[in-house]
Amino acid sequence: MSTDDHGLPAAQSTNPIRPPARSLASRFFDSDLWYSFRSSRLVVLAGIVTLLMVGAALLAPVIAPHDPYDLRALNLMDSDLPPAWVKGGDPRFLLGTDDQGRDILSTILYGTRSSIAISVLAVFLAIGIGVSLGLVAGYFGGIVDTIIMRIADVKLTFPAILVALLINGIAQTLFRGRLGGAEFWILVLSIGLSFWVQYARTVRGMTLVEKNKEYVQAARLIGMSRTAIMFKHVLPNVLSPVLVIGTINLALAIITEATLSFLGVGLPPTEPSLGTMIQIGNKYLFSGSWWMVAFPGLTLAVLVLAVNLLGDWLRDALNPKLR
Amino acid sequence: MKLRIMTLAAALAAAALAAPAEAKTFRYAFQGDLNALDPYTLNETFTLGALGNVMEGLTKRDRDLKIIPGLAERWEIAEPTRWRFYLRKGVKFHNGEDFTADDVVFSAERALSPESNIKSRIAAGTKVVKVDDHTVDFITTGPNPILHYEWDTWYIFSKKWSEDNGATKVQTSSSQLSPFTLKANGTGPFLVESHQPGVKTVFKPNPKWWGKPEHNLTEIIFQTIKSDATRVAALLSGEIDMMDPVPVQDIARVKANASTDVLTGPELRTIFLNMDSLRDELLYSDVKGKNPFKDARVRKAFYQAIDMEAIHSRVMRGNSANSALLISPLLFSRAAEFKRHAYDPDAAKKLLAEAGYPNGFGVEMDCPNDRYVNDEAVCQAVVAMLARIGIKAKLNAMPKAKYFEKAGATQKYDSSFNLLGWTPGSFDSHNVLLNLVGCRDGKGSGAFNYGGYCNKQVDDLANKILIETDNTKRDELIAQAFRIVHEEAGLIPLHQQALAWGVSKKVKIVQRADNQILFYWAQKE
Repeated sequence: MSTDDHGLPAAQSTNPIRPPARSLASRFFDSDLWYSFRSSRLVVLAGIVTLLMVGAALLAPVIAPHDPYDLRALNLMDSDLPPAWVKGGDPRFLLGTDDQGRDILSTILYGTRSSIAISVLAVFLAIGIGVSLGLVAGYFGGIVDTIIMRIADVKLTFPAILVALLINGIAQTLFRGRLGGAEFWILVLSIGLSFWVQYARTVRGMTLVEKNKEYVQAARLIGMSRTAIMFKHVLPNVLSPVLVIGTINLALAIITEATLSFLGVGLPPTEPSLGTMIQIGNKYLFSGSWWMVAFPGLTLAVLVLAVNLLGDWLRDALNPKLR
Repeated sequence: MKLRIMTLAAALAAAALAAPAEAKTFRYAFQGDLNALDPYTLNETFTLGALGNVMEGLTKRDRDLKIIPGLAERWEIAEPTRWRFYLRKGVKFHNGEDFTADDVVFSAERALSPESNIKSRIAAGTKVVKVDDHTVDFITTGPNPILHYEWDTWYIFSKKWSEDNGATKVQTSSSQLSPFTLKANGTGPFLVESHQPGVKTVFKPNPKWWGKPEHNLTEIIFQTIKSDATRVAALLSGEIDMMDPVPVQDIARVKANASTDVLTGPELRTIFLNMDSLRDELLYSDVKGKNPFKDARVRKAFYQAIDMEAIHSRVMRGNSANSALLISPLLFSRAAEFKRHAYDPDAAKKLLAEAGYPNGFGVEMDCPNDRYVNDEAVCQAVVAMLARIGIKAKLNAMPKAKYFEKAGATQKYDSSFNLLGWTPGSFDSHNVLLNLVGCRDGKGSGAFNYGGYCNKQVDDLANKILIETDNTKRDELIAQAFRIVHEEAGLIPLHQQALAWGVSKKVKIVQRADNQILFYWAQKE
């Protein structure tokens, strides 16, 4: 291992006469994190795959050959076509079409986009709720702590998918008939609200440790408000595990979104996500139209695996005990 | 040693002889749920069919749908407006009570109560009078040659049992169940042993049934299997003996399998679209202050925008017959005179523009997803076709229990555009004109008119049809009524779906064109 090469810039960075113009990018590429990233081929592969899929999803409107959400462009006569290289396939539809004549490739691109967008927003929501509650519980302690943590305990006894289904059901009933595209946000809400507990517990634990350290006492002595201490001083010191849980949760959120859509409570069938596609394809799986479920299923598996690998790596890299 | 083997063999033989007749369990599955066991809650073929094994009407229909005596031994038309029914004697309900005229009078009251979903079974104004314990008179307001046509699915309740079990009032919602709807007490050849709504129902033969059993079953287990693929897999693996429907994409595979077969036939059900043309403002639309569906041009534009050939060949894979009428051509002799308005998106766009919607408008469409063959896929195809003429339809697909409540009378027809299927229980056009097309009056007329289409001329014709006894004249009146609905595109007929039951080759079962799953003629090897 080339520890010497690596050790040199690290020593430099603590050098007081280091030129101040060092950019963020070069600091990142000199960091331990980057080193541990590029030293594992699997993680690099996972990173590239994730980047490619996220990129393709974001650029879906540009690179997709068809717009599967544009109902006017659908032609029922194009339905149920196999992939282009199979007998009976049509070169216009590389991965074939589904039962309504939607291009599978384009739908996967658009569907991945919805899946990723929902999952990322849901994880951010969960982090927002979880971290705030964890900070408050840990910092204030006492009755506030008890109430928040007991709610968290109760929440933990239910599987996330069940909570998501419950919230989804309530929201669907509340807005029944007046949704007008609100399914997207209902999904974000239901997944977000079912994932916050982990963050709250982790952050609370770390806040309990941090709040007795000298720097917090010092801040308190100079008369800073409690909110300021919590968010300016404690928060930055408890964030790294949140980052790790967030990445792993992202994979879980993608799966949850797919599950909800598969169960028929997710995105409407006219705007399919990966889960909806798998649900539609499942009906035709045994009747020979394997492509309707195989490609979206494969995409989902690869995406979740790649994000999971990244999350695993991040956990190991940020855990000082493992190094 | 030899002796021991012989003793063993003898013992085994004795045991085999002593054992009761071999258990014959018939397992079947449907895509939707069996909810309340109250046949007056939901006038739906599947529920009525399942309960038709347990409860009976005054009349029955045989394998070919011919009317035969049921709980009434015979009947006569004493005067043109007075029908006399002689009830079968010695019939007992499952709980041991005797069946008498009081039960018939009670069931008539129950069927006509405001909560009932089967009000149209008994023509409005008909009086039911008990003559003696086994004779009942029906006094009608005018001559009515089809009075008893739908009585095979007007099941008789026990008066005493209903009073004891709090069942005098009809269960209004098929998803929120009162305790009595988990039980059933009829006179039929089977009794309900246990019922878990939406999961599993177990039937057992009724040993005290008045008739001679024509089946050899000892137990029947019903399950809901919503997923098409799972239902097919269950049949192929032999886990179930029969299921309905076979998804059209799997018919070939089920036929090709050595131990299973598909029973196919034309079904009498017609699938059609309703547009809310009654309200002054649509509930679910971006058009405010007016209702575009009140304009016949808009309705016709919707009609002409739908490419039924594509739906026939792609969604239904050839297993349907496109229809210009709201009734199967098998049930109306002059059906061939009617042709669908041609599929023509350009003409449809023009019609929309003339009506003042050159850029179309938005509307929500409600659709069941576990009731009819590929119902959700049909709706999706319709939505996509409408998009091409500028109609932004948003699809709400939902399970039938929720759908029938939302779009139907329970929630006051809370829908702007929806898909429905209908088999006339009387196998006659009057039923269609009354239930689907007639103006809603809360008493039975228009009860299943989910769009609220209303034309007094059609209602007048329907009233004439009811009392007309000359067949040629009657058919002419029916044709006139259908002509009006067709010209105004009051509703949009789509197709008759084909029946496709998946059955194990070990089972012989009678498939009637009304798609009721009845197991009293079933034989299992």
